[in-house]
Amino acid sequence: MLHRLCATITALALGGCSGPLSTLDTAGPAAASIATLWWAMLAGSAVLTLLVTALLAMAFIRRPRKVPGTSLWIGWLGVAMPSAILMLLLGFALGLGEQTIARPSTKTVTVEATAHQWYWHFRQPGATSAIETQNVLHIPAGRPVDVRISASDVIHSFWVPRLAGKMDAIPGHVNVLRIEASRPGEFEGQCAEFCGLDHTNHRFRVIAHDEAGWATFQLGERP
Amino acid sequence: MNALNRHRALTAIWGSPRGWRGTAASVNHSDIGRRFIIAAFAFFAIGGVLAMLIRAQLATPGSAFVGSEIYNQLFTMHGSIMMFLFAIPMFEGLALYLLPKMLGSRDMAFPRLSAYGWWCYLFGGTILIGSLAFGVAPDSGWFMYTPLSSKTYTPGINADVWLLGVTFVEISAIAAAIEITVSILKVRAPGMRLDRMPLLAWYLLITALMMIAAFPPLILGSILLEVERAFGWPFFDPDRGGSPLLWQHLFWLFGHPEVYIIFLPAAGVVSTVLPVMARTRILGYGWIVAALLALAFLSFGLWVHHMFTTGIPHMALGFFSAASALVAVPTALQIFAWIGTLWNGRPELKLPMLYLLGFFLIFVLGGLTGVMLAMVPFDWQAHDTHFVVAHLHYVLVGGFIFPMLAGAYYWLPHFTGRARVPKLGEAAFWLIFVGFNVTFFLMHLTGLLGMPRRIYTYSEEMGWTWLNLLSSVGSFVMAFGFAMFAIDVALQIFLSRRSRRNPWGSGTLEWATPIPASAYNFASQPRVEDRDPLAADPDLGLRLARGEGYLAEARHGRRETMAVDITTGAVDHVVVLPGNTSLPIITAALTGSFFLCLLFGFYWLALAPVAGVIALGWRWAWVLGWREDLGPVSIRPGETAPTHREAPGAPGWWGSVFLLVSDAALLGSLLFGYAFLWVVAPNWPPPELIGGGIPVGLMAGLAALAGAALTRRAASASKAGPASSASRAAAGAIGAQAVVIAGLMFVGITELPPPGSHAYAAICWALLTYAALHALLALLCAAFLRARIGSGHVSGSRRLEASVAQLFGDYAGAATLIVLLCVLAPAVMS
Repeated sequence: MLHRLCATITALALGGCSGPLSTLDTAGPAAASIATLWWAMLAGSAVLTLLVTALLAMAFIRRPRKVPGTSLWIGWLGVAMPSAILMLLLGFALGLGEQTIARPSTKTVTVEATAHQWYWHFRQPGATSAIETQNVLHIPAGRPVDVRISASDVIHSFWVPRLAGKMDAIPGHVNVLRIEASRPGEFEGQCAEFCGLDHTNHRFRVIAHDEAGWATFQLGERP
Repeated sequence: MNALNRHRALTAIWGSPRGWRGTAASVNHSDIGRRFIIAAFAFFAIGGVLAMLIRAQLATPGSAFVGSEIYNQLFTMHGSIMMFLFAIPMFEGLALYLLPKMLGSRDMAFPRLSAYGWWCYLFGGTILIGSLAFGVAPDSGWFMYTPLSSKTYTPGINADVWLLGVTFVEISAIAAAIEITVSILKVRAPGMRLDRMPLLAWYLLITALMMIAAFPPLILGSILLEVERAFGWPFFDPDRGGSPLLWQHLFWLFGHPEVYIIFLPAAGVVSTVLPVMARTRILGYGWIVAALLALAFLSFGLWVHHMFTTGIPHMALGFFSAASALVAVPTALQIFAWIGTLWNGRPELKLPMLYLLGFFLIFVLGGLTGVMLAMVPFDWQAHDTHFVVAHLHYVLVGGFIFPMLAGAYYWLPHFTGRARVPKLGEAAFWLIFVGFNVTFFLMHLTGLLGMPRRIYTYSEEMGWTWLNLLSSVGSFVMAFGFAMFAIDVALQIFLSRRSRRNPWGSGTLEWATPIPASAYNFASQPRVEDRDPLAADPDLGLRLARGEGYLAEARHGRRETMAVDITTGAVDHVVVLPGNTSLPIITAALTGSFFLCLLFGFYWLALAPVAGVIALGWRWAWVLGWREDLGPVSIRPGETAPTHREAPGAPGWWGSVFLLVSDAALLGSLLFGYAFLWVVAPNWPPPELIGGGIPVGLMAGLAALAGAALTRRAASASKAGPASSASRAAAGAIGAQAVVIAGLMFVGITELPPPGSHAYAAICWALLTYAALHALLALLCAAFLRARIGSGHVSGSRRLEASVAQLFGDYAGAATLIVLLCVLAPAVMS
């Protein structure tokens, strides 16, 4: 039910929600489940905002009425209600996070991404030798990809909003981010951590191939 | 003595001379508080102009208004100014001005410290703003992440300006925090039990305690980064055993509590103004205090939610996510306590109430988006996008500026003695409220559509064009609103009609003073029997003016105010406060020249102002006190109390305790850094770098114990024994501390590699330097005690200086032992 409702809202809102870097115009499972979380939280927040606004407005309406005591305001509304909502939300989000993070799978492809001021360097195993690319990352559609992220100079952040959340590229550390594109296509990536003078243009592109395209790419030929 | 004569006599004692001399020398809390507020508003205006430039640049795609270089300075300075030069100083100013009046006392506990803090703030702020004028303003973001802010990637002095300027300003924040804590705990009107304090005092007390613990990590981080930049000690350099993540931990250990440090005073204003607007009392006083304690506690456990994308294991993130979400509970408790208060009373839509309603709507939305961001997966998407920009402005503008504007209109009659001009304030409110929401509500969507923070331009295809243009238009509407507010305040000060006393019919003590307030606040101090003393006795102000309270007698030109037992509020002693002096401004100027020497790289020259500050610090303490016992003095017909130098638990002692607590938080942060690198950095410490030094270390440790014991001995001998034996013990303590310093340096020079070679060597050197500086401080305290025993200032009943010297001796001893344990641990273990 919730899913169907969210799907409807998504469809309605999609006109205003599309864009090359939109987190709501999803093209991969991680981004899609996070977008669902967002729509659910938005609905809950709208209800809570209405509740607070209504209670505030009623305080200004002058009429004789029975005033509720401290236990309602503090015990129920102040402590019990937010605690219950938060527990529920935390459990849901924790489960979602566990689904999203990298875990072993036979179909997984691994690529290395290294951020530099101001370009991205990608390296991955090919059919014969390692394939290196700059500012373009090639992945197979429909398969999970583990991106091993690091940086050579300052901190950057690897982010392809339509596929998944972001992960920082930190010199001296290697972080792993699981991304997956549900269908072939081109997806824009952007450095999300301020990295100096040309942070704005620190961009890259992810190309998700269909099976034939992926096979061609792995042979080291331009598909 | 009639009321008018008493007013004249007290004004002669408490007032400040006119002209620039009075301006430089005044230590009066009302003067200092007003200056903080005015300067903070000026910095707010500067920060606001920078924000308008940012919005002008982002209004259209591909804009060529300012380039990337200037844009980076703009957003770095906008954030830094609003955080360090506006929000914190603004609440400090309000606290300095209001607290003594609300607590029924005549001044803060350490008037010279408030003046010193003010000058440090003004000079530090001037350095920061000056850099903007010279085009060398900080440009690595207000969060200054390493390695971007390290020497390799920011070679100019931009980053040094931030590190040194902000640290300089933070001195004033620590000073204010200690002062606020001690003033609230000790310097209240008799009878004001802790549970009779106005709620704002509770809010400020908890805020100040949080500052004492939260600012040291930032100060430490800034010192370490500046040392890395200046001398190449590689704390944050991954190639030499450091970690860039250490900076993030230290920064957010400060940075998250900071958000609550900004919010709590404003929430305190809500809790004060809202019941008055509803003509009732606050609902759930005890619950609110409990919520504040929970909030303060939780706020130290959620700094990692700024680091959800740094690759920390997901289950660990779950803990911080839960803590971040749980903070919503004590916040919700306050929100519903306020709404319940409105239901209980008969709320009136006066101007402060209008701003409070604006606060409710904006802050609730900010709180809800905060809960969203606390959910780890959502943060992976929203982090570092304009969604976060929208969220933080909803929280900070909603949670700080709107309550402060409500407070401004509520207390302005107290500052000016005048009523406000009608209508203008309402117009300003609507411009600010509508402008704010147009700017930032849309920005949530801009962020979800993928616009990252800190990009200076974007292309048409991104689909952010209309959203950005509307945000920019909204921001200019908001700016007009703030300009209108400033005009309204100016009109009230210069043109408006006089206001009557207590125009809102409030119950708290600040409205028992004449308005505008006199220099001494209360001609005599009240006895407090109720949480709202003025509601219980509306004529209290007149009775106090007639001298029917404590300390009605103006005598010997002394500034006297009552100090009480912390919990019960029973009369404890009389504090004799120092009068006007130019020591604070001179000391602050020398402190500033120290920072300027470092900024321009004159490292040896920097030792001169350090020596100057030590000499002035000596004089600072020397000019107070007496050579003879005063004995108990009269405080009310038939009642006497001792003066603070002849009573245990004087403000000076408590101030030293809280200073050392803050100092311990600094040491704790340094130890956290040591442990963090040990755990996180690979091959740490490198076995080939581990030296020995155990025999010398043991000797230094024993000398540290002897130093502490001899200072204690000197203190106890000065109470009972002959002065000569106390003097000898103090001399022994001086010698012992000198041995400690020599031993620590010897361990460093012979057993540690050069600090520039590896982060392990650097952090060990930092620990040794910390211990040596504290041994030097304890040495100076022992020398001061010896001199004061010699000059007859310390006696069997005048104990203050001996007890303070003992505190510093004990602390130095403990710090040296802990440092030696850490530095020698690898040698012992290998």
